[in-house]
Amino acid sequence: MKGIGEYLNLHATALTVRAKRNKVLASNIANAATPNFKARDIDFEALIKKADGVGPLRSTDGRHFKVSMAAAGDRMKYRDPVNPARDGNTVEMNVEQMEFSENVMRYQTTLTFLNNKIAGLTSAIRGE
Amino acid sequence: MMAGIENIFDVAGRSMSAQLVRLNTIASNLANAGNISGTEEQAYRAMKPVFKTTYAANVKDSGISTTEVAGITTTERKPERVYMPNHPMADDDGFVYSAAVNVEEEFVEMLETKRQYQNNIEVVTTLRALMMRTINLGK
Repeated sequence: MKGIGEYLNLHATALTVRAKRNKVLASNIANAATPNFKARDIDFEALIKKADGVGPLRSTDGRHFKVSMAAAGDRMKYRDPVNPARDGNTVEMNVEQMEFSENVMRYQTTLTFLNNKIAGLTSAIRGE
Repeated sequence: MMAGIENIFDVAGRSMSAQLVRLNTIASNLANAGNISGTEEQAYRAMKPVFKTTYAANVKDSGISTTEVAGITTTERKPERVYMPNHPMADDDGFVYSAAVNVEEEFVEMLETKRQYQNNIEVVTTLRALMMRTINLGK
């Protein structure tokens, strides 16, 4: 039997990662005019998989080769600019704004999922 | 140095302060455009802020950074030497020096600064709404 925590876990983790990504994107927007600033981003999927326990490789025997589990997705990645600026800044407002709105929308979606799940639990507990 | 950079309000707030400094220099430059002085050294030269990135203490983990003004420099541009023998400030040869400010450049920069400021406000407004919705989770 699953506990309530486990029932909500995936969405809770997704919400945390989305919030984290929002902060990174906000940092990019804040630094849009800073020379030599390199825009960063988070690999959402890699972080979720890591949190969800879907690691890349699991060994079932002690003699198996050890595969480095330090997932690269944990680290921040630098954005590849479409049109690099001459001052070394790789923040592109159009890209950042799109990514930001998408991330905000997905955050709200996750929030709605969580709300629905909680509402379902509540009505099950009440038994009405 | 102020307290650490931890949340979205620190990020946007500091960036907006930096943009305000930039706006102040632009205002000063525009106010002094066309000013005339008697020597080349005394002539007004446009001021420009230098932005630099400030990282949060846990930047490797959080990726949070914002911007701040590292200092203010004056432009290399030479003040224009104008022949005005009747001007009270004219030197012995009859020349005065007008401020080294390019008005068009300042206007373009003013627009850019305004956009950056607005973008930061937009980010805060959006994320604040998200936070309010998160607080009401499960209601």
